[in-house]
Amino acid sequence: MKDWGYSILKGRQIDIENNDFSISRFVAQHEPSFKWCIGCGSCTATCSAARLTGFNPRKINLLIHRGETTNLAEEISKCMLCGKCQLVCPRGINTRNVIQNIKRALNNCHAL
Amino acid sequence: MNTNRQHIIVIGAGPAGLEAAATLGAAGYPVTLLEKENHTGGKLKSLHQLFPGFRPAYEVQNYLDGRLEINVAQVITNADVISVTTENGKHKVILADGQSMNGDIVLIASGFQVFNAEKKEEYGYGIYENVITSPDLEAKLKSCDPLTSANGTTPRKIAFIHCVGSRDQKAGNVHCSRVCCITGVKQAIEVKMQLPGAEIFNFYMDLRMFGQNFEELYIEAQQKWGITFIRGRVSEIGENMDGTLQLKAEDTLSGRPMKMNFDLVVLLVGIVPARQTLAIGKSAGLALTSGDFLAASDAQLSPNKTTTDGIFITGTCREPLSIAETLTDARAASVSIIQYLNERQKKSECI
Ligand SMILES: Cc1cc2nc3c(=O)[nH]c(=O)nc-3n(C[C@H](O)[C@H](O)[C@H](O)COP(=O)(O)OP(=O)(O)OC[C@H]3O[C@@H](n4cnc5c(N)ncnc54)[C@H](O)[C@@H]3O)c2cc1C
Ligand code: SF4
Ligand code: SF4
Ligand code: SF4
Repeated sequence: MKDWGYSILKGRQIDIENNDFSISRFVAQHEPSFKWCIGCGSCTATCSAARLTGFNPRKINLLIHRGETTNLAEEISKCMLCGKCQLVCPRGINTRNVIQNIKRALNNCHAL
Repeated sequence: MNTNRQHIIVIGAGPAGLEAAATLGAAGYPVTLLEKENHTGGKLKSLHQLFPGFRPAYEVQNYLDGRLEINVAQVITNADVISVTTENGKHKVILADGQSMNGDIVLIASGFQVFNAEKKEEYGYGIYENVITSPDLEAKLKSCDPLTSANGTTPRKIAFIHCVGSRDQKAGNVHCSRVCCITGVKQAIEVKMQLPGAEIFNFYMDLRMFGQNFEELYIEAQQKWGITFIRGRVSEIGENMDGTLQLKAEDTLSGRPMKMNFDLVVLLVGIVPARQTLAIGKSAGLALTSGDFLAASDAQLSPNKTTTDGIFITGTCREPLSIAETLTDARAASVSIIQYLNERQKKSECI
């Protein structure tokens, strides 16, 4: 095989076969609307925390769906639970309750 | 013409009704076409140029009116249908002025209405002067007056917002209206042709370019006309002191929220069921689709037949369609009616 002189950085790839989906399952179980997201970004566009910090509710939901949860606790702590995102979601997702359940899942980590 | 033939009443003289009436008329059936307005054409009448080829809308209107003239006995305008009832296999069509008419077959071709953009308060239609809808823009383009902002100046930054009132649970419409993506691309190009110095941005969730030459027009919009497409749904629009508009969205592909100022914002409003069509459907005992359009007895195998014997549906009263699709559907409905009548005739001869 030809040696291209570089290797694929394993850490950058989403390893969907081996990722941990326990948080995703927990949230979907307690707030089923978590699964209805079409990634439109309305929530992030309107989110007060997103304007000031790098917080992005759409992206967090997506990453959890992919089993990518590094730094999740720190990220989710930026949410002020104001509920603005819920008013604009075209899929009628209970986004506030989604975030609350992500927090619960994180707190219950050991029990999962 | 075979005088024994059954009387067919078509409700609505938009593209669907015109094409069906002409097709059935040409096949020798006595057809009465009822139209509530004082003119034929439906929404086609208020369009300027058609996607995807920028054909003048009047060309299609003239074709349809011309075909009708040759083939149909009776067109009645200002005939506002409010209900359809059935007794002993005969259908009675009742008008708002109290008159009524009997038919053996009723074909409903009463079309759609556009989503009322005022319902989406966060976009400010009806409150901010520089927020307009796609039909508003179509009327401006048709008038051939130069395109301006509310204060008469030439707009330099213009935004098109996709999916207004479609694919939106809060607005009560889950369905995709199908024609607004390509309308947004078409209108963006038309505006750019008129105002070459303007910057144009289309905000979308998905671009649904399903038809012949649709994707090509999208490519042309990007490559030839420099229109920018941003993948993010607009969450809200606010007005600045000077009447310009501030728009918020997430640029989802870069993963960052954005705000931008615009001189003019065009809302690509969706196709929704017409209230009056629902009332007619209800009076005739017809089933509705999950999105409240008139439902077929079998959406795949007999899309133009309803669950009530002798009542048929065609065009955008049954789902969002382009004009080309509407005309195809109208011809399909005509064949479906002819087959139905032939079978009924055979059965009665056997008895
Ligand atoms: C902004 C916009 C731009 C568009 N641009 C294009 C384009 O460029 N190209 C394209 O292919 N398509 C376009 N379309 C889609 C096009 O308008 C439809 O495909 C077409 O109008 C559907 O025809 P129809 O006959 O089903 O309905 P309609 O056009 O709605 O016609 C229905 C007719 O029925 C009449 N009617 C309704 N109720 C009653 C009643 N109770 N009694 C009697 N009469 C009644 C109405 O007055 C009307 O004349 C566009 C749509 C929109 C909203
Ligand atoms: S509830 Fe949290 S995610 Fe939603 S808008 Fe408020 S701060 Fe942002
Ligand atoms: S607004 Fe709703 S559908 Fe859109 S990205 Fe946020 S959660 Fe998903
Ligand atoms: S055609 Fe495009 S703009 Fe219209 S509802 Fe469908 S996705 Fe939205």
